[in-house]
Parts: sequence; C-alpha cells; structure tokens
Amino acid sequence: MNDYTLIFPEIFMACAAMILLIAGVYIKNIKQKIEKVVLLVFIVAIGILIFISDDSGQLFNRAFIHDSLSAHLKIVLLVSAIFLLILCHNFYKDDKQIGYEFDILVIFAVLGMMIMLSANSFISVYLGLELQSLSLYTLVAMNRHSSLSAESGLKYFVLGALSSGFLLFGISLIYGTTGSVVFEDVALLMNPQDMSNITGFGIVFVIVGIAFKISAAPFHMWTPDVYQGASTPITALLSTLPKLSAVIMLLRIVHDSMPEFSYIWLNILMILSIASMVLGAFAALGQTNIKRLLAYSSIGHIGYILIGIVASATQPELGMEAVLIYMIIYVVTSIGSFAVVLCMCLPDGMTEKIEDLAGYSQTHPVMAGVFAILLFSLAGIPPLAGFFGKYFIFLSAMKAELYALAIIGVLSSVVSAYYYLRIIKIMYFDSYKQKLLVPARENYYVGALAALLVVSFFIYPWLLKDFVGMSLRSFFNI
Amino acid sequence: MSLHEWPILPILTFLPLLGVLFLLLVPFDDTDEQAKTNFKTTTLWITVVVFALSIIMYLHFDQTNAEYQYIYDAQWLSSGIRFRMGVDGISVLFILLTTGLMPLCILASWSSVTKRIKEYMILFLILESLMIGVFSTLDLLWFYLFFEGGLIPMYLIIGIWGGERRVYASIKFFLYTLLGSLFMLLAILVIYLETGTTNIITLQEYDFAEDMQKYLWLAFFASFAVKMPMWPVHTWLPDAHVEAPTAGSVILAGVLLKMGGYGFLRFSLPMFPIASEYFSLFVIILSVIAVIYASAVAYVQDDIKKLIAYSSVAHMGFVTIGIFSLTHEGIQGALFLMFSHGLVSAALFLCVGVIYDRLHTRDINAFGGLANNMPRYAFVLMIFTMANVGLPGTSGFVGEFLALLGLFSYNAVLAFISAIGIILSAGYALRLYRCVAFGTPVNDRVKAMSDINTRESLIFSPLLILIILFGFFPYFVLSLTELSTETILLGFDESLLEKFGNFDVYKWLAK
Repeated sequence: MNDYTLIFPEIFMACAAMILLIAGVYIKNIKQKIEKVVLLVFIVAIGILIFISDDSGQLFNRAFIHDSLSAHLKIVLLVSAIFLLILCHNFYKDDKQIGYEFDILVIFAVLGMMIMLSANSFISVYLGLELQSLSLYTLVAMNRHSSLSAESGLKYFVLGALSSGFLLFGISLIYGTTGSVVFEDVALLMNPQDMSNITGFGIVFVIVGIAFKISAAPFHMWTPDVYQGASTPITALLSTLPKLSAVIMLLRIVHDSMPEFSYIWLNILMILSIASMVLGAFAALGQTNIKRLLAYSSIGHIGYILIGIVASATQPELGMEAVLIYMIIYVVTSIGSFAVVLCMCLPDGMTEKIEDLAGYSQTHPVMAGVFAILLFSLAGIPPLAGFFGKYFIFLSAMKAELYALAIIGVLSSVVSAYYYLRIIKIMYFDSYKQKLLVPARENYYVGALAALLVVSFFIYPWLLKDFVGMSLRSFFNI
Repeated sequence: MSLHEWPILPILTFLPLLGVLFLLLVPFDDTDEQAKTNFKTTTLWITVVVFALSIIMYLHFDQTNAEYQYIYDAQWLSSGIRFRMGVDGISVLFILLTTGLMPLCILASWSSVTKRIKEYMILFLILESLMIGVFSTLDLLWFYLFFEGGLIPMYLIIGIWGGERRVYASIKFFLYTLLGSLFMLLAILVIYLETGTTNIITLQEYDFAEDMQKYLWLAFFASFAVKMPMWPVHTWLPDAHVEAPTAGSVILAGVLLKMGGYGFLRFSLPMFPIASEYFSLFVIILSVIAVIYASAVAYVQDDIKKLIAYSSVAHMGFVTIGIFSLTHEGIQGALFLMFSHGLVSAALFLCVGVIYDRLHTRDINAFGGLANNMPRYAFVLMIFTMANVGLPGTSGFVGEFLALLGLFSYNAVLAFISAIGIILSAGYALRLYRCVAFGTPVNDRVKAMSDINTRESLIFSPLLILIILFGFFPYFVLSLTELSTETILLGFDESLLEKFGNFDVYKWLAK
C-alpha cells in the first residue's frame, strides 16, 4: 500500500509546472504574473514538506524514499531556490527574449533535484538526474544574444550526456551482477567474497558519472566555461543546487548500496578530493574573470566536501554531519557571492572582470563589506561560517585518521586564501577608475542576508548542527 | 552582588563589538569634519570605558588565588566545546596591556588618519574585541576563533591605511600567520578527539602520551613561532611593521606579538610538559640566533620602523629564552619583558609616528638635531630608547635580566652569547638616537618641525610614567603573575626544578 502523501510535494510541483505551461500558451503577458505564482508554488511546497517532515516511508517498490534527510534538505533546496529565483527575476526583468518558460524550467530542474534527494534506487537516481540536467542545459543556453552562452550550453550538454552515459553504464553493470536496482537489495546481493570485476567496474562508472555532475577534478573541465558562458543568475543556480542534491545522492549511493565496497569508492573519492582541492587552489590564482574564479573555487570546495564523504566510510555520523554542514554553508555563501557579482554593472552593461571591482569599498561600502565577509568565509577564516564548515570537515578527517587528506586540505586552503584576499585587496586597497552602478534592491538584500547569516553563525552554531543531526537521525536508524 | 558574579569578561570582550554595531548604524559622510570628530570621540570613549572596566576587573582580581577567576560558562557548539571565559594573572596582565594601549592608538590616529575614518574606527574596535577574547577565553576552539579572527581587521588596517608596499606586506602577513595557525587547528581537533573537550582547565591537567605531546607541541609551535615571531619565520614582521599605519604598528608590536608568548605559556608548557622540556634546547638556540641576528640586522637599517621591528624580533627572542629556560625566574622575566616591550615598542612606534606625521619619511638620515627644535620630543625618545636597550631603572631591564638569569641556570654558555645581544641592542638604539636627535638638521624642514603638542604629550606621559615606575617597582607586575607561573611549573618533573637553584636576586625583585 503506497502512501502518496509522502511524494505530494513532487506531485504538486509537477502539476503546477504543467498547468503553468499550458496557462502560458493562452494568457498574454503572463511573464510578470508567473514570476509571483512560481514563488508561491515553492512556498506551498515548503509548507507541505514541513507538514510531512516527520513521516517516513518508501514508495514505488522502494524506488522513492522519504525520510528526515530528504525532507530537511528539500526544504533547504527550496528556500535557496526562492532566493535564486529572486535574483533571476531581477536580472531578466527587462529582457524580452526570456519568456515565461524560464520559471517553468527552474521548477522542473528543482523537481529533478528533489527526486535525486529522495532516490532510493538507481532508476530514480537516473530519472532525477536527467530531469534536472535537461532543464539546466536549456537554462544555460537560454541567453540567445551571446555566442558564449550557446557554446557553454552545448558543452554542458555534450559532457553532461557523456557523464549520464557513464552513470547508466555503471548502473547496468551493477544491475547485471545483482539483478536489482534498489539500494538495499544491491547492498545485500553484492557479495564482496566472490566479487567479479564487473561489479567493481560498475561502482567506478557510477562514481565517475556523479563526479562529472559535482564537477570534481579531474572531471571538472566543463565547469569554468559553463559558469562563464551562462548568465550570472544561472551560474549561481548551477554552482549551488545541483551540487547539493548530487552530493546527498552520492552519500546515499555509497552508504546504502555499496557499504561493503568502501575499499573501492574510498580510494576513488580520495583521489578526486585531493585533485579537486589542489586544482581549485592553484587554477584560480590566475583568473581575471570573477565567474571563472568562483568556478574554480567551487571545485576546491567540492574537494573539501569529498573529504567528509571519505571520512564517512569509517566515521559515518561525523563524516555525514560534516558534509551536510559544509554543503549548507557553502550554498548560503555562494548565493550571497553571486548576488554581489550580479551587482557588478557598469554604465555600458554587466562586467565580470575582477579589476572593475577596484575601489568598490569607496563607491558602495555596504556591498563591498558584504562581499568581503563572504569571501573571508569562503577562505575559511574564523569566526565566519566558512570556518565552521572546514572545522567539521577536518574534525571528521582527523577522527577517520585521514591525516594526509587533512594536511593537503590545510595547505590548499592557505593557497586559496590568496585569491580571495586578492579580490578583497582590489575592492579595499585600490582606488576606483569607473564607478559601478547602484545595486538593485533585490541583489542588495539577498547579499546582505547571506552575509548576516555568515557573520552571526558563530553565535548560534548549534542551530545548524542540531538541524543536520535531526536530518541524519533517520539515516542511521534504517 | 560582587563583581565575581557578573559576566564581566564577556562584557569586556563584546563591549567594543557593541560599539561597532552602533558605529555601523550611524550614517557617515567623508567630507563632514564634524562627523569625523564625532566618530573619533565616540571610539575614544568606548575604548576608555573598556579600559576602566578592565581596571575594575584588575582591582577585584584576587592575586593570592592561583585558580582561574571570573569564570563564565555557557552552552555553545557541543557539550565538550562551550563558551568559557576566565582569567588568571597572566591573562589579566595582557588584558590590561590591550585595553590600555587602545585609547592611545585612537589618540595617535587623531590627525594622521584622514580617509575612511568610519572603517578605521570599526576595524580597531573589532580588533580590540578579538584581542581581549584571546586573553580571556578558557576554551581552545574559542581561542582559535579569536586568534585567527584578528587577521581580518589587521589585514585591512595594513592594506587600506598602510604605506607604499602595503599590499605585499598585508598579504604576506595574512598568509604566513594563516599557514602557521591551521596546523594548530589540526592539533586542536586531535586534542578534542582524544579528550572529548576543549576546556583549557581540564586539558592542563590531562596527561597526553609522550609521542602525542611532541606532535601536538610542534603543531602549536608552528602557529606561535610565526606569531612571536621567531627566527627564521620572522620575515613578515618587518614588512608588516613598516607598511602599517602608526596605530597598527603599535597594536601589532604591543599586543599581537604577545599572543605567541601567551600561547606558549597557556598551552605548550602546561599541556605538553614533556615535549616542552624535550624541545627546550631547540627553541632556546633559535632564540639566541634571533637575538644576535636581529640585533645585528637592526643596526644597519635606515628605515626607523624597520629598525624597531628587528629590535622587536630580538626582544621576542629573549621572551622565548625566558619561557623555555623552564625556570620560575625565566618565565616571570619573559612575562615582564612582554609587558614592558608592549609599552616600550608601542611608545617607540608612536615616536616614529610623531616625526612621520610632520616630515612624511622614516629614513633615519632624513632627520638630525631634533634635540634643538623638539627638546621635549628628544627627551621622551631618549627614555624610550634607553628602555628598549634595557637600561637599569627602566622596565626593559628587569625582564631581560630575569630571562637571562633563567637561561644562565639552563646553560651558561648560551646565556653568555645572548648577553652579547644586549650590547648589540645598545649599538642600534644609540645609533638611532644619535642620528635623529643629535647632530645638525639635514635641512630647513627638519629645523622647522614643531615640538610635540598636548595631544601627543597626553599619549606619551602614561607610557613614560609606567616604564619608569615598573623599572623601579617590578613587583606590581611580578606579583600578579607569580602564582600562575608557579602553576605552570607544577606540571614539570620535580627533578627538573631542583636542578636549578632559587636565586635570591629574584626574591628581592619580586618583594
């Protein structure tokens, strides 16, 4: 007997998206109205989620799982999506090329992520991932004025399709050896004693496919180009929500479907983690484009998150707690940073050059302060929130005795501090040549809110810790 | 209700932050002179109130009690990591130094800082909060928070209001310190995982295994040695000092450098006694090199600030000598020297600030004959220079003497070598004084410089009085830290302590 209330938020969002799509065909000038309706859809979905967040259960032959982990993170996802949508709407306000489809694509992308968060079998993993990816490919390529946007859309699509291919190939190998796609069955049926190489290949392909999606080095090649080519609010979306959902999905896959095989995925993830941290630190040093720089910085942060996943192999509770805390702090900080990047507007249009921030602290002291706080947080300087993310990650690494990872993490965080400091130096120490325009109110508020959260985090750090602890409770009771 | 039941330490720590909040909310126009003055006056008042509070805290502090006092404990990250505060004699000493120097810094920036006053005052208040926090917290993670958090305001202060090479200096300062501290963070995590708490009081009684002590000691050493700074990781200091604005240099030399020494005394010695003993010779040799090398380098500097910066490195060498001689005299001497150096180096940087404001150069050869047209300035500069050399009768003497006394019982040959450093220090200090105050003025602009005004006298007189006062009556300071020093040495083997006899001279000084 299926209890469909557990999947009601997803059903609601899918229906809403389709109804809006049809409505858009018949009603003229719907763009302005739809923007508000979409926000309402998200808020209602959050309400439903809060209402059912205490329930748990599995649906559709255990392909879909609803537990506190998925419920809590869906709430985080939807709240972040609302703020991102506010940024998007402000950005596309005067753009006639962008129609009402934009919002509907965002709903579908978020829906895909919600399914990823609830995935309990490889089929739902693939379905969620593809729904999300297909919507995002379109969103990236949507800016028809710019050839960069089209190029990055194509690049994202080709590499995304490749990675989906990897993932699917891995899934089919696992299905071939075990005869099941449901995580728990796979875990039971994969026998480490008489394991053929095929299962090992399957695991490797699955991990690599997901590594593409979270842009862990060396599968990161698309990230800087796509981040640069997409319009800035889409970049903000790309660098936060898909990573959040893919990381949680990865956690579920490795812990629920292949717990006995940690000796395989552990080593892969460890290499990915080291490569990402080092690449994120060094490749960003020479960047002059703020979006490319943030792209490399996000690769570095994925490296730290992977430390937590590696640590979770032997220290499940500490490791997963660290991953969730780091991820949520990263999402908040990134959204704030992109809100500031969206304010980088010269009289003749948007700019992405870091030098154009020169003297920002004199022309716009509040926005410069906000950006400085967020950058110091990304660099992990206490007492800002980013420090606590790193603290929990390193704590789990030390507990799991991953000393080499922790030391590489420490060293690369010193290197990466340099490029964050460089942006702050440009904003605060240099004097301005061109004044940037006054920021839009929406960007201003989103940025300031993020900075406020980041600064005041040290006063109540246990709030997030307890929230994460509650989310993980269900995960360890199964 | 007695003061001990009040949360006086959190109030002391976060009062400047409240001031920051207030200043943030007040709109500010950079062209309005009245607004600028108001900002400066408000900040000055905040720092004065904080200073007054810390004095009250000092007066109610029970010097006959070796325990931590004014304990405050509140829920925080987890059951093992809580928001704990409390002070012993050593902390009180440094809190007084911090809160006392802050009003002087604000006064010193009164006319020399003209741009972006609002940010300047806000950053200094944030820095004050963090510095008081470092000295009053009783939780290892909070210590790290305060310790590292200080990088942000200091980076901005050097970078925004600094000299020509400010960008290089600020980034070097930041990255150097960050690298050292992150190893301390890893060590803190190991300690937390091992003991399940970051409560400093508990940890000071915890017996770490010998191997572990050594690793942890080295990790803490990486952080404190950079902060001190010890040779050979001192190279950020001359750059940072030269480029920082006057008040920034004062805080850097007066308080931030002391965090390294404070860290050794608060963590390395009590928590890892075996490792401290094991590595003591290593540290002392590094320190002796620092004393000789830095004094020699200071002698050839033409930039006055750089000269004082190198002299700071040398003095910090004496501090580590005193601490790692692991004797009562040595540690007391190190503490006294840190306090005295906080006053003296701050005073010297303020002296440089005075002539820099007038002539906008720090080249030692650009001055001369200031004793003629600036007699009062020449007088205070002389007292401070002599205190820097360690002339008996000034506070500089007592600390260096006690530190050397400690080293003498540790190793007489090393004590002899480092005593040469004192002679060298007389060399560079006298050269500085001769070039600046004596001789003939190099040009008319030097001759036309006006003597120190009332505001500047107001800055110098308390420092002058204290330096002389503590030179004659060192027991004000020594008695404050007496019991804490004894507690630190309790952790060491008794056999080690018996090796060194008690010096009668020390007893006489401390009476």
